Amino acid sequence: MRVLMFGWEFPPHNSGGLGVACQGIARALKKNGIDVLFVLPKAIGVNEDFEFDFAQDVFLDVVNVNSILAAYQNRLSYQTIRGKYAESIYGATLFDEVMRYGIKGGDIAKRNKFDVIHAHDWLSFPAGVTAKEVSGKPLVVHIHATEFDRTGNGFVDKRVYEVEKMGMEAADHVVSVSEFTKKIIVDNYDISPSKISVAHNGIESDQTPIASPDASLLELKKNGYRIVLFVGRLTLQKGPDYFLHAAKRILDYAPKTIFAIAGSGDMERQTMELSASLGISRNVLFLGFLRGEALSSVYRAADIFVMPSVSEPFGITPLESLLHDTPVVLSKQSGASEVILHALKTDFWDTEDMADKILSVIRYPSLKEEMARNGHKEVALQTWDKTAHKLKSVYSNLT
Amino acid sequence: MSIGHDSVYFNDESSTSLDNKEIIKKVAKKCYIPATTTLINLLEKHPEFKVSFSITGVLMEQLSMWSPESLDLFKKAVKSKRVEIVSETYYHSLAFLYNKDEFVSQVNLHSKLVKQIFGLKPKVFRNTELIYSDELAQFVEKMGYIGILAEGADHILGWRSPNYIYKAAGTKNLALLLKNYRLSDDIAFRFSERSWSEWPLTAPKFASWVNQVNGGGEIVNLFMDYETLGEHQWEDTGIFEFLKSMPSDILSHPDNDFVTPSEAVKKFKKVSEISVPHYISWADMERDLTAWLGNPMQHDASHSLYSLYDQIVNTKDEDLLSVWRKMTTSDHFYYMCTKWFADGDVHKYFSPYESPYDAFRYFMNALTDLRIRVERDQK
Repeated sequence: MRVLMFGWEFPPHNSGGLGVACQGIARALKKNGIDVLFVLPKAIGVNEDFEFDFAQDVFLDVVNVNSILAAYQNRLSYQTIRGKYAESIYGATLFDEVMRYGIKGGDIAKRNKFDVIHAHDWLSFPAGVTAKEVSGKPLVVHIHATEFDRTGNGFVDKRVYEVEKMGMEAADHVVSVSEFTKKIIVDNYDISPSKISVAHNGIESDQTPIASPDASLLELKKNGYRIVLFVGRLTLQKGPDYFLHAAKRILDYAPKTIFAIAGSGDMERQTMELSASLGISRNVLFLGFLRGEALSSVYRAADIFVMPSVSEPFGITPLESLLHDTPVVLSKQSGASEVILHALKTDFWDTEDMADKILSVIRYPSLKEEMARNGHKEVALQTWDKTAHKLKSVYSNLT
Repeated sequence: MSIGHDSVYFNDESSTSLDNKEIIKKVAKKCYIPATTTLINLLEKHPEFKVSFSITGVLMEQLSMWSPESLDLFKKAVKSKRVEIVSETYYHSLAFLYNKDEFVSQVNLHSKLVKQIFGLKPKVFRNTELIYSDELAQFVEKMGYIGILAEGADHILGWRSPNYIYKAAGTKNLALLLKNYRLSDDIAFRFSERSWSEWPLTAPKFASWVNQVNGGGEIVNLFMDYETLGEHQWEDTGIFEFLKSMPSDILSHPDNDFVTPSEAVKKFKKVSEISVPHYISWADMERDLTAWLGNPMQHDASHSLYSLYDQIVNTKDEDLLSVWRKMTTSDHFYYMCTKWFADGDVHKYFSPYESPYDAFRYFMNALTDLRIRVERDQK
């Protein structure tokens, strides 16, 4: 069995979870005896034991790939960056870029042999659909996030929505990363539930680097402070504003608490202003975007991790946190809360309840210890291997 | 976040699974009323039939408030003089493990209420969830009891049978009645299990298994949750039909009879002594204390609770003491069990909380609140 897989970004040239998920899926499929030919819009340096193909055989340096093909770029910031690269080969908008990739999908399909097509998120749906038209092979589209999640249920871009809906309708089967996302697909895209399978994301515990705890946060802890951690892009979707409202409530009861925010995004300024207007700036640390060892050391130092997302199709960060033995409070509006039982859960909008739950973990060491111990065991079992098994059965039902 | 302000912990009126009144009414309708009515009919029909109840003080309290009909039925059954009430702690607590004075107080409170409601004085003791050890047996004998109930766990019996009366080790003459867990659990757990090779379990079939004990034993102790009848095993499983015909099927064998625990103690000779140095219980596969005291949260919560005892007693405030005692109920700790949480097992089925972590949080917050009130009282 050989899968023609269309993605958009790939580690280490990724900006977020989509690339990581694609890598985890492709590697696990390969391990389970499925041949993967992974297609990306631009040629980049990758080192994997499966094949790659590139829609445009132009080798770009890493910086360009990171800044322009970022999976989570919204069109406004894309155009800002686009201005700087006016003379480059890119289309005028991200949308054009997606369409150009889409047309190239046909060429890719013509020059390769495969049994199934698998496309990840709307950015690669046109490419997947074209490949299906050219080859007549079955198409699986994989939903890692919908436009409704990305906009935090705010203003949905109609063109993106149309591409998503077109992809799901053209597909022979739809895979979603959670039951939560499946429901969005059924409710908002009018796709039959029987056409959708859920394959939760995984995490490789042996490939997650564990650093030593961050020194300056440790210093704070020695002085009696507790660290509450947020990791994620500062966007509507991730709910940093709800996090700060909960922080305000917590500080009324536990003044020696520090709220550490790791991430950047279009709400960064707004988030800083909010913490100032709530009068809690002294207790909020903006750590900026962190990855690798720096992120690991922050997970290690934290007393508790909070994911207050407004709409989170999956959410890998709580799993990462638990691998670092830091317990988690999760938004119920998330896919991760379907696979992590050993957590405290809250509605993102109920900041009173969120504060109450965070306070409990801060207050009671035995609660923290037990949640961390069981949570770690639980997420260590949430492997990409399990995801690959689900996908294998989806493929075999189509071929 | 109402710590230190709100003092009503036990009367949630939300009509959710936290609402005691709603739960009592529901269980009364499904179990207490139909099951006790069935037993009363059996008592009337078969002069040989006997049954015993172990009812906590907390339940008697709640029934008198919210389902007096259930309590009246229990009283009516007891009037037959073939129903025994077994002794236990009023609050269904783990007090013996933490504070012997409190344990004695709770047992006496229970006896007092039993006397008041049923006019009986219990002679046989069963500890919460059949938690048992030699130490408990020795202690209970000194309190004046003639017998005690325990789980017939394989690891304490070894090659021996649960179907005899034993003497509890280290006691002068305290009778030990051991649960026949196979036959008890055939009804309590497996009755409606369709994948069980013996399903469906009929009364004649069950009676034939009981008959097999004749010659190899003198008594079959069937101990189970009363809620087995109608709540754990719903009416549509046929549990009441089973119950209705079981006594006559048992009695159709000439060697069979029914006895209450205190009658059994008097009727049968103790065949030998059994020693249980470490605590056992009837819970989970482990048959130990880990359902209530298996993780750091559970230990933390119970130590925090019992360490408040002296202060509570010193306030001489009956209301505070009663709140504290309600918090000793073992169920609070059972809900905090994380052993099998992920498998969706019975702990989860019975818990009104989203998770064991929430169970712990609510308990600790209530306890913090109680501590604040105690400290306020002392000023």
